[in-house]
Amino acid sequence: MDAGYITPFVKSIQNVFSTMLQLPVTVNDPAIKTGNSPSHDVSGIIGMSGDVTGSVVLSFKMETADAVVALFCGERLERDSADFADAIGELVNMVCGGAKAMFNDKKRVSISCPSVIVGSDHGVSLPSDIPCVLIPCTTDCGEFVIEVAIRETTPSSEASEQAAANA
Amino acid sequence: MKVMLIDDSKTMRNIQRSVLRQLGIEQVEEACDGQDALSKVGAFQPDLILVDWNMPNMDGLSFIKAFRKQDKTTPLIMVTTEAEKSRVIEAIKAGVNNYLVKPFTPDLLSQRINETISKCSAS
Repeated sequence: MDAGYITPFVKSIQNVFSTMLQLPVTVNDPAIKTGNSPSHDVSGIIGMSGDVTGSVVLSFKMETADAVVALFCGERLERDSADFADAIGELVNMVCGGAKAMFNDKKRVSISCPSVIVGSDHGVSLPSDIPCVLIPCTTDCGEFVIEVAIRETTPSSEASEQAAANA
Repeated sequence: MKVMLIDDSKTMRNIQRSVLRQLGIEQVEEACDGQDALSKVGAFQPDLILVDWNMPNMDGLSFIKAFRKQDKTTPLIMVTTEAEKSRVIEAIKAGVNNYLVKPFTPDLLSQRINETISKCSAS
């Protein structure tokens, strides 16, 4: 993956958390995600399509998610409420929207509506043919990670995807 | 003043509603997507509409195009994560009066609302 696609996510996550939550984020060294994927308790997932395709996952431990959602919504919410998932979904939506605006301006990229998983120790499987970059983040509310597995859609990859679809 | 909030995120609608409350605006109707908004807008007759872009069923741009066929004057502010210049131009061509990119501070939303209201009432 082009490293130029990681910086927008770093900048966007810091912008979203500082603007909406007044919560500074320290971004630690990104790494390629290996087979031993970390487990999570709460994940917000967004798909990207167009000139850049793939998925982005924002994952928290339960206590971190509790604290972040409370800051965002102004009150603590039950983990099994629709509003809790909604808040996580809106955060990942803003992070991805902000990041894609920092991609090359000629890129035409759409983002999906977010999906949210709430459940202890779940893993999120992303497409195996796209390298996934894991960006660990630290805040006063706890730690979380953002996983970015995206790639540029080239005419050749479009053709091979089409061939695979037709097979 | 009556304001309609169109966003699929209840969290975002709550944040916008609290900013409106600080501005003294209490008459607020909410819609969770463009289709929902089209079904409510005729009865509610808002003086201002805040609309998100990416929503299920009917997105904000489709709502604006449909709404502008029947109402050319009610001020519309798009409040969205879509920040690319090409998207802003697309929204303006469809008929929005102002544009605010998420994330935003409450002050910035207040400012956009006030400038939109004063600009539209002057014209």
